[in-house]
Amino acid sequence: MTDLLQVKHIRKTFPGVVALDDISLSIAPGEIHTLLGENGAGKSTLMNVLTGLYRPDSGEILFDGSPIQFSSPRDSLAVGIGMVHQHFMLVPAHTVFENILLALDGVANLFSRKKYKQKIQQVLDEFDLDLDLDAPVWQLSIGAQQWIELIKLLIRDCRLLILDEPTAVLTPQESARLFKVLTRLRDQGKSILFISHKMREIMELSDRVTVLKKGRSLITLPRGEYDESRLASLMIGEDQIPMWIKPACKYEELALEIKNLSVRNDRGLADLENFNMKLYRGQILGIAGVAGNGQKALAEVLTGLKEAASGRILAGDRDITKSTAKSSYIAGIAHIPEDRKSIGIAPDMTVDDNLIMKNFTSSAFRRWIFQDRTAIRKNATAKIDQFAIKAGPDGNPIRYLSGGNIQKVIIARELSEKPAVLVALYPTRGLDIGSAEYVHKVVIDGANQGMSTILISEDLDELLKLSDQIVVMFRGRLVGCVDPQTTTREEIGLLMSGEVQA
Amino acid sequence: MLEILLDATVRAGTPILFATLGAIINERAGIINLGIEGLMLIGALAGFAGTQASGSLLVGVLAAFVAALLAGSIHAFITVQLRGNQIVSGLALTMFGIGITALFGRSMVGLTIDGFKRVAIPGLSQLPVVGKAFFNQDLLIYFSFLLVVAIAFFFYHTRWGLALRTVGENPAAADTCGVPVTLTRFLAVTIGSGIVGIGGAYLSLATTPMWIENMTAGRGWIAVALVIFASWSSYRALAGAYLFGGITAMQLRFQAMGTTVSVHILQMLPYFFTILVLVISTIRLQKGASQQPENLGQPYDREDRK
Repeated sequence: MTDLLQVKHIRKTFPGVVALDDISLSIAPGEIHTLLGENGAGKSTLMNVLTGLYRPDSGEILFDGSPIQFSSPRDSLAVGIGMVHQHFMLVPAHTVFENILLALDGVANLFSRKKYKQKIQQVLDEFDLDLDLDAPVWQLSIGAQQWIELIKLLIRDCRLLILDEPTAVLTPQESARLFKVLTRLRDQGKSILFISHKMREIMELSDRVTVLKKGRSLITLPRGEYDESRLASLMIGEDQIPMWIKPACKYEELALEIKNLSVRNDRGLADLENFNMKLYRGQILGIAGVAGNGQKALAEVLTGLKEAASGRILAGDRDITKSTAKSSYIAGIAHIPEDRKSIGIAPDMTVDDNLIMKNFTSSAFRRWIFQDRTAIRKNATAKIDQFAIKAGPDGNPIRYLSGGNIQKVIIARELSEKPAVLVALYPTRGLDIGSAEYVHKVVIDGANQGMSTILISEDLDELLKLSDQIVVMFRGRLVGCVDPQTTTREEIGLLMSGEVQA
Repeated sequence: MLEILLDATVRAGTPILFATLGAIINERAGIINLGIEGLMLIGALAGFAGTQASGSLLVGVLAAFVAALLAGSIHAFITVQLRGNQIVSGLALTMFGIGITALFGRSMVGLTIDGFKRVAIPGLSQLPVVGKAFFNQDLLIYFSFLLVVAIAFFFYHTRWGLALRTVGENPAAADTCGVPVTLTRFLAVTIGSGIVGIGGAYLSLATTPMWIENMTAGRGWIAVALVIFASWSSYRALAGAYLFGGITAMQLRFQAMGTTVSVHILQMLPYFFTILVLVISTIRLQKGASQQPENLGQPYDREDRK
């Protein structure tokens, strides 16, 4: 049987960066092929080459045995390659119908609304999906939006579906449903190229796995020839995975107490409603929940980016709801990767400057009103060393660093003031295993020294591994509190979906 | 009295209406066009010159459309192809329009043409109060009514309209659906500019059938503000344009009646209302009632690594 897609020695460079060095892989009809690799290994670039967004510098792509060249996404769609992007390609202000209709091929300029609604409804029924075609997309949950993306491909009869970390925003139940659909599509003879960081999914779903490393395709392994530890070591290579032992929280001294906290968003709707929470010294409190249920608002109100509409935040017996002293007591790790560049760092400034953004007025970094470049440089060298940051040449703008290294810079800066509480909002989202493990180690080390952490994450394995306690958020409220030792993924999943309250 | 006032309202509002509609087409595709004032002037001069040379009003209108379309293609080239700054390019276009029309318009000053005449629509023009104002007008005004409906229909009932709106909201989404983003934006800017040009031509072919230097007198800027007021909808553009037409008509009426209020204050009124409208619509925007295309003002580069 000939392969559906063959990629041979693809190379793609951007000014100053080799994104893809030498990539080769093949995808057979009716297989689920997983692409695995660290951040910066070239997964996204490869996807964008396959969907016609980027043009490769050299190399060959064969589809159905014949060589093809894509000059735009139109060309790749025409042969039947479609992709669900990590950042959805949807128009929030348009209706579900309008979003799907545009993806359809051969629609006349004056189209019959009724005819196409029927056609779309058929596909929805086939996959047992319940979507209101006339609802604007922004009203829908992230999970539902992902289905729209998938429907856009299915309705075009795409033969190769590319999915970029599709489960990052889903509850375990939603993921299970997605996998069922994907398996069914595979059995219908469609090929699926799947990108994921979650080992559990890769083990469950893949027929073959290709490991990418530094822009090269390292190896392709069929099912049965790989296991979690083999894949992890292939991906990370010589990099060491740090080891740590988690201390048990003693629940003695209260570090932070949140009482009846409410926060409103720009539209005046409640992001948090009567939220109550206790955090103890040295505790790692995991917060689970589907993205968009108030986690971001919680992190923002704690780190001072947002104001509380009502309620109190207490540190010991001090009320810090409106205090400016809050920032020295609570530090926050900006989440990665969506807003990495807009909130966490100043992308065009150097690593040195980004490291002192929290305390550049400190006397350690200035002489009278002038910056003390020597001290700033010394601080940077120490931090780069301590956190093993691959910072590149001196004076390098931080945006040239990989996601994992940017995150390390943010962590180094946030922890520089030795905060009592750390708020980590999706600290490992989109990070490769090595970098994620590093973030975990920092959190655990902090806990050992008495720092408390609020760990907001959508990776249940991470929460189960690190947390002393896991609370679940749904629609701005706390709907459950479970013990990671005794709970199950299913229990957390049900809480996340808001179907039960613990 | 009311009939006369309404009639003057429609006549004063029409050039602004055309300009606003053209600007809406630009902005719906994601491109801000601050060259409206310049495009109107170019349309006004080209329209007048075309009619003057050929003796045909239709030729004049077409000349206005084509001239403004060509001028708009400069803006399109800079902002769409070269991904340049839309604000700077638009301002430059306005300067260009003012300058070039002053230069080439010199020979036109003092010449006259036969402007658009009123054509009563049988039946409808007999309606009480509104009949005369809306249905005893010239052909360009009737054309503007058609255009309002046609643009709304185009946006919401055709696939091209959907593609154009998607390009303005999320060009990457349009691109991955196979919509040619660059071409769509280019066409939106040029055709939208052409329609703006017709608005200019209305001034020199109907309002006062002659060429006067800088005869738009800031109407292009009012149109830029009206786009926001109209929330990028052609029907609300109609309402907005007539609101300004009404204010203009009223202040003219006051002047004719010989009030003691200074003429300068009265002439300021439409511009004063522009500021008021901007303040109100901006507050509405902040409250989340926005219809603003999400990617307005953002260049689209497919290979841009964010």
